[in-house]
Amino acid sequence: MANNNIGPKRLVVGAHYGLRDWLAQRVTAIVMALYTVLLLVLFLTGNNFSYEGWAGLFAHQWFRLATFAVIVCLLYHAWVGVRDVWMDYVTHSVVLRLVFQVATILWLVASAGYAAQILWRV
Amino acid sequence: MSEVVKSGHRHGVMRLTDALGYRLPLAGLVSILHRISGLLMFVLLPFILYLLDKSLTSEMTFAALQGFVSGWFVKLVILALVWAYLHHFCAGVRHLFMDLHYGLDKHAARKSAVTVLVISLSLAALTGLKLFGVF
Repeated sequence: MANNNIGPKRLVVGAHYGLRDWLAQRVTAIVMALYTVLLLVLFLTGNNFSYEGWAGLFAHQWFRLATFAVIVCLLYHAWVGVRDVWMDYVTHSVVLRLVFQVATILWLVASAGYAAQILWRV
Repeated sequence: MSEVVKSGHRHGVMRLTDALGYRLPLAGLVSILHRISGLLMFVLLPFILYLLDKSLTSEMTFAALQGFVSGWFVKLVILALVWAYLHHFCAGVRHLFMDLHYGLDKHAARKSAVTVLVISLSLAALTGLKLFGVF
């Protein structure tokens, strides 16, 4: 049985939570990397490095939405990563790990809220 | 034989202090720095948003921010964040290539680990020199 249960023939069971988070972490990483390239291009082609130039960039609705989409990607990406850290190092107490994980979610969601406020208040 | 194996007879789950006893290969160093840099940016995320907030709120807060970031300690924190971003970015790209099964053998993995360190550290050093007004 063991021999035909490897490679492409491996019987995949479960709800695929692990695969979903693994894939999501990579997709969100690519989105953030593309946003980094966009910022770099804007920086290298820019010529107005005053407040007007900076705030003018964030006055565009498309740029606000792109930035917020990246923040949401960051939220998911960091959740998977930080959760992995707690899973690896906080192993002696399930309660303590749960506390850390809940704190992580609150930290990230609150940060995303702060980002939304910054983006749409200007 | 490593310190960990010699020093104790404890069995069971590995602890963080055990991990500190190992001498890491370069790929291992890149890996743990990936984790540390990610955690650093996670912890300082509200600070980064605070900087963005002050830079956008008004011309006055923008000017005040310029004063705030001219202190050496704030500059140091920003430099740490810049390094963290550069390292996390480069090591992340290396990860993506490895996910596609490129450079998985020992030699190639070591080479790409060195490349990550060289690129991220030199760009961080350049940013540091710029930040502290060397050029």
